[in-house]
Amino acid sequence: MTSDEIRSVVIEALCQVAPEADPAQLRPNVSFRSQLDIDSMDFLRFILALHEKIGIEIPEKDYPSLTTLDSCVGYLASADRCPKSSPAP
Amino acid sequence: MEFGTLVAWRKQPGESIRRGDIMAEVETAKGVIEAEAFSTGTVEKLLIQPGQKVPIGTAMAIIRDNGAAPAAAPSIALVPPPQAAPVTTPAAVAPSAVDQTRLRISPAARRLALELGIDPSIVRGTGRGGAIMSEDIERAVAAKRAAAPTAAAAASPSPTPDQAAAMRQVIAAAMTRSKREIPHYYLSTTIDMQRAVTWLAEENRKRPMTNRLLYGALLLKAVALALREVPELNALWLKDHVELKPAIHVGVAISLRRGGLVAPALHHTDQLTLDDLMKNFLDLVSRARSGRLRGSELADPTITVTSLGEQGVEAVFGVIYPPQVALVGFGKLVERPWSVNGQLVSRPVVTATLSADHRVSDGHRGAVFLAAVDRLLQEPERL
Repeated sequence: MTSDEIRSVVIEALCQVAPEADPAQLRPNVSFRSQLDIDSMDFLRFILALHEKIGIEIPEKDYPSLTTLDSCVGYLASADRCPKSSPAP
Repeated sequence: MEFGTLVAWRKQPGESIRRGDIMAEVETAKGVIEAEAFSTGTVEKLLIQPGQKVPIGTAMAIIRDNGAAPAAAPSIALVPPPQAAPVTTPAAVAPSAVDQTRLRISPAARRLALELGIDPSIVRGTGRGGAIMSEDIERAVAAKRAAAPTAAAAASPSPTPDQAAAMRQVIAAAMTRSKREIPHYYLSTTIDMQRAVTWLAEENRKRPMTNRLLYGALLLKAVALALREVPELNALWLKDHVELKPAIHVGVAISLRRGGLVAPALHHTDQLTLDDLMKNFLDLVSRARSGRLRGSELADPTITVTSLGEQGVEAVFGVIYPPQVALVGFGKLVERPWSVNGQLVSRPVVTATLSADHRVSDGHRGAVFLAAVDRLLQEPERL
């Protein structure tokens, strides 16, 4: 997946738990918690949504790496965590 | 007069139903709620069709009682009728044609109903002889409030001014009554959470993502088990007497994303395994925040647990939600110096508080309760 594709998936997962979130207003380096009043239950639902959409297992110890949009994209893009993009036909 | 529109039937004629089954989805002016059956039996006849708009209180279906005694638990949605059971539109417990002059209702409840715009003839009384009490009116309003977010969620992420005002009005009425009528006493204790936190991290390390536990699940289970030891905190205060409840349905305070608060019951909290408790907890929060709570979940709590630690506060001094008799608060998990066998060490600790109704329990019993919560959290593997 490209960074843009990952970013789209992250925003989609976030909007599942915080439907009032406006992706255009999301500040990429500010924590979801402070921007969207995300609590631990919302965060768990967000992580589960990522798991469902991307199919990756995220250890609990890595949760602190997933608190902002940019850090999420960075984490998921690193170390081949996400599936490769399909080659263009 | 308010109206409700049947969105869909979940049960059909001839189907057997059990008390608590979801019978239908009904949209009111405030949103959609899931209407539950209040008795066990067989659906005999559906009286209205999807899309049909009828006044609140209209009988929707007939449920033939198979002989099982209907349970007496009140609900905001449907009411157990004495024999063949007409299922009514939500927030209704009696036909709208009931003569209000014959209602058994306290003067305070009648005034409150007038203030909050609730028709008392559609409220089920829980006082002696079925008399309608102030708390019954508040629960009816709370049911309407809980239904409100659904419509709002579908249309807009923010509540309308009317919905927000209605929710504030309900909270204001309940909290004012609580502070006016309930003689609160407050206790606080600091709990060493080292074992619980360590056990939880190790447990979650072994579990797949979908089965991981939240710290809050441990707190809820510990509270529920402690209530077995101090049953007078698992009760309701009804007018002038306490009614102990055999089942433990802990209310979980959930802030709504669009503003406001609900505290639905996590049914049979003490009997759930941690896995089931976590699953039900996740489901309850998801449904609360998307406006899909059930009537019984709003009617059944006897105690509320609120955890405000994530907002950074260290202690909660709660206001009891009447007719409940206690509220347990948890603050932030913080590292503090702690003495262990004479050695000063750093430990994660949490401040647990109890606000309790002094008409129902005394400080000694409250202290026993908090000590039990502490003790239970020292053995997280046994929760």
